[in-house]
Amino acid sequence: MCSYIVEKIPVFGSAKAGDSWRRIDTAHVYFDHPYDAPLDHALSIDFHNHAAGSRERVAVELSAESARELANAILAALDRGAQEHGEAAHGELPASIAPEGMFHY
Amino acid sequence: MSYLGQVSKMVSFDAHGGAKGQAYYAEPATGARVGGVVLIHHMPGWDDWTQEAARKLAHHGFACIAPHLYFRELPGSPDDCAARARASGGVSDNQMIGDVDGAMKFLRAQGISNGKVAVMGFCSGGRQAYLAGGRLKGLDAVVDCWGGGVIEDDPKGLTAERPVAPIDFTKDISAPIIGIFGNEDKRPSPDQVNRHEQILKDLGKTYEFHRYDGVGHGFFAAERPAYKGEQATDGWKKVYAFLDKNIGPRVKAEG
Repeated sequence: MCSYIVEKIPVFGSAKAGDSWRRIDTAHVYFDHPYDAPLDHALSIDFHNHAAGSRERVAVELSAESARELANAILAALDRGAQEHGEAAHGELPASIAPEGMFHY
Repeated sequence: MSYLGQVSKMVSFDAHGGAKGQAYYAEPATGARVGGVVLIHHMPGWDDWTQEAARKLAHHGFACIAPHLYFRELPGSPDDCAARARASGGVSDNQMIGDVDGAMKFLRAQGISNGKVAVMGFCSGGRQAYLAGGRLKGLDAVVDCWGGGVIEDDPKGLTAERPVAPIDFTKDISAPIIGIFGNEDKRPSPDQVNRHEQILKDLGKTYEFHRYDGVGHGFFAAERPAYKGEQATDGWKKVYAFLDKNIGPRVKAEG
């Protein structure tokens, strides 16, 4: 099926494409037919910098299984980071990423 | 035996709201007049496979225009344009209808045209093709390949951009319809396909539905795991025969 569902979340960080880094402030997450990956459906994540007015994105298309593994790996790495680095890995969002800034489409 | 040659190129067409739309166009190399097909891509965009399908239709004797429904998001690659369109909620039905109308007129304006035009789409494009069949005048055939959301059981599926389920326009469809479906599909599910067919029967519409066991959604797409050669080959043959009957006759290679 084709899906119009998009989860949009504010993020803080940087992403690299080619040889250039860029600041990112938003991630769009959706599950639909991919454009490039040889899969029937894929979990896609587009990282954007909307604040800068950029229309470019850094994108990934993952199989559902690998996306879940990635999600688990992120949480596992954060848990280990919390043990070794304390609060830094618990999530200290900049003031610009306030909870009320969360939005979903 | 010989093969039918063809010419394919990028074209512009008069799209919704006075915009100049971008499209891919392919036509058979023939002196005969042929029917045309407006081919609508799926939600992820105006991809390589869409252009391959356009060439496939030309190879089998029809002119085909495949409009880039996200051309308003240019500049950028088709996948980036699709991502922008998706993020803004997807194209509205009104805009899509205007674009398909413009593409239909483009086909009829070509010297090769026999005056007949079909609309065909895959996945969300199948839904849009069916909707165009109900809302546009002048179409001669409708090809719905596993269009999800023709029957919309989830109220959340109806939005400001897409406020009415295409099934509600069935009464307005005058062109013959062909539907191609996989029995393992979830959108449309076999139950939705059955209900869809019952509505066509009740309204006395001219239609043919072909259901295939062993396949789900998108089984024509040769680059994806869902592809199944036996069912896809038969499905394409059903489509060619339907188009031959309703917008043909299709031109064939000589010799």
